[in-house]
Amino acid sequence: MLAYTSRRLLMLVPVLFGMTVITFSIIHLIPGNPAQTILGETATEEAISNLEETMGLNRNYFIQYTAYVGDLLQGDLGTSLRTKASITTEIGPRLAATMELTFFAMIFAVFIGINAGIISAWKQNSWFDFLAMVFALVGVSMPVFWLALMEQWLFAQELGWLPAYGRQESRNPIDPITHFYVIDSILHMDMKQLITTLKHLVLPSIALGTIPMAIIARMTRSSMLEVMKSDYVRTIRAKGSGQFLVIYKHALKNSIIPVLTVIGLQVGVLLGGAILTETIFSWPGIGRYVYEAINYRDYPVIQSGILVIAFLFVIINLVVDLLYAFIDPRIKY
Amino acid sequence: MHKEEKQDNQQVIANQPNKKFNLDADEIEETSPLKETLQQLMKNRMAITGFLIIVFFLILGIFAPILTPYGFEDQDPVNRLLTPSVEHWLGTDDLGRDIFTRIAYGARISLYVGFFAVIGALIFGTLLGIFAGYFGRWIDMLISRIFDILLAFPSILLAIAVVAILGSSLENALIAIAIINIPIFGRLVRSKVISLREEEYVLAAKAQGMKNGRIIMYHILPNSLAPIIVQATLGFGTAILEAAALGFLGLGAQPPTPEWGKMLADSRDFLQLAPWTLIFPGVSIMLVVLGFNLIGDGLRDALDPRMKN
Repeated sequence: MLAYTSRRLLMLVPVLFGMTVITFSIIHLIPGNPAQTILGETATEEAISNLEETMGLNRNYFIQYTAYVGDLLQGDLGTSLRTKASITTEIGPRLAATMELTFFAMIFAVFIGINAGIISAWKQNSWFDFLAMVFALVGVSMPVFWLALMEQWLFAQELGWLPAYGRQESRNPIDPITHFYVIDSILHMDMKQLITTLKHLVLPSIALGTIPMAIIARMTRSSMLEVMKSDYVRTIRAKGSGQFLVIYKHALKNSIIPVLTVIGLQVGVLLGGAILTETIFSWPGIGRYVYEAINYRDYPVIQSGILVIAFLFVIINLVVDLLYAFIDPRIKY
Repeated sequence: MHKEEKQDNQQVIANQPNKKFNLDADEIEETSPLKETLQQLMKNRMAITGFLIIVFFLILGIFAPILTPYGFEDQDPVNRLLTPSVEHWLGTDDLGRDIFTRIAYGARISLYVGFFAVIGALIFGTLLGIFAGYFGRWIDMLISRIFDILLAFPSILLAIAVVAILGSSLENALIAIAIINIPIFGRLVRSKVISLREEEYVLAAKAQGMKNGRIIMYHILPNSLAPIIVQATLGFGTAILEAAALGFLGLGAQPPTPEWGKMLADSRDFLQLAPWTLIFPGVSIMLVVLGFNLIGDGLRDALDPRMKN
């Protein structure tokens, strides 16, 4: 296990190096003069050379890259061109917002997905199975931003059940401690705030979680069907165990590994989908931060935002990989 | 299966003693993998549904100028935000443009982007995958690490990075989508090539002195086609979704191009007033993607020998 962990950590080095090269290149690969592109066509010569000076664009690539990585290692993500503030400070609360949203989307996807998959396999070829699989098929084909818009229209505007925008009520803002508002409202022992926060989470979480949910449901179903046919399940049945026990206690354990793989992969879908979901629900997360930066050509924020999300993705994948080896000792790479 | 066919052939020959002792071209064709796959596919109702959906949108795109009297740019301020009617089948948008017309022309764009992005990714991914898998050693190390790095980014994020570099346009979105799909094809082909490299017929070809290029062309490539075809079919759907997402974020097609994702973004403010301006472009994206997913699933079942009865 130790050898595997260290090998897996070692494999991370070239990936992290490559990631920084790619985000570093975002500015430098812009055709023509990057400073000109950032400032727009009407920029004066002086403004351009000033920007080149402050961003260090006039130095050679190697020195610039070394400085970039040096800053990153010290936790310095650069300065936003628009707000002139440190990106590291700006990104903290947004990262928390994105992680909170992604977490709830994942809870939704895993809980509904696994259970729908199990019931589908249990009642194979029933109407539930048919409906669930049609729904799953439609779910994976749906654009996440369209689903988000339809939810807003139906549940927020037509029915008025849930809020359509933001993380909290602007009239009654929360006093942030951890910037995870669910945790914050619990820390403040504020029941009303907690309910408001949870209400704000429902629509974006469902929108973001639907595609992973559909994929998890399909995977669980096929993995479950395979296990249900095995000899040991027949033996347990023959011993007189009830169906529920057979499925949830015995069959699930052995069918969960491929499902876990899929769940790990879905983290990428969630983090990518967050950009679209956050834009629509005005969720003040890192995705929306990057989206706004694109509109303002705030390249340092685009670079750092993308790097932070990718870093998060890589770390989560690492944890998932280590988790496999822990759950299933047969896995050796 | 071959045994049975052989027996059948022998029986046929035995019953017709006058017939020459050779196989007709027709009979050989009977066993060709392509025909077999198509036969399997025709039995799959889901795949047929998918196929029909794609044909529908293809017809819609190709015959758009005949199917609708309006142009996709024609604005009509008097008739803005009209509900669906006989004149405007799917209603009109905030500039009075006919939504059906825009969806029909939009089908061209989505299918065009999906097709060329996947073809691009397929060509480069397959080449890199073959190099990595066939030559191994440092070439494999290098290419595989590049794939790892590209796959370390959530795909849409990498596409955004590419468009941020190149500038927002439909063509750049297409390039971005092709780039993010390269490692997906690359890895698939690489793993297939590695398993084929040690096959006896490849070793035999090598022993005969066949050059690497010929071995790849005549032995490796034809035998790794099945998973590539399945991935490409499913990839069309994903590419269309990604193009729509980039369009929605304003990073893909620019106005007045009737790209479906862009149409959704433009109509966002009219969600309450005119929901049809958002419903139909979204349904179109979903149907096309669903179509490719259905065909892809069907193809996988047909091409995967383990799924065959």
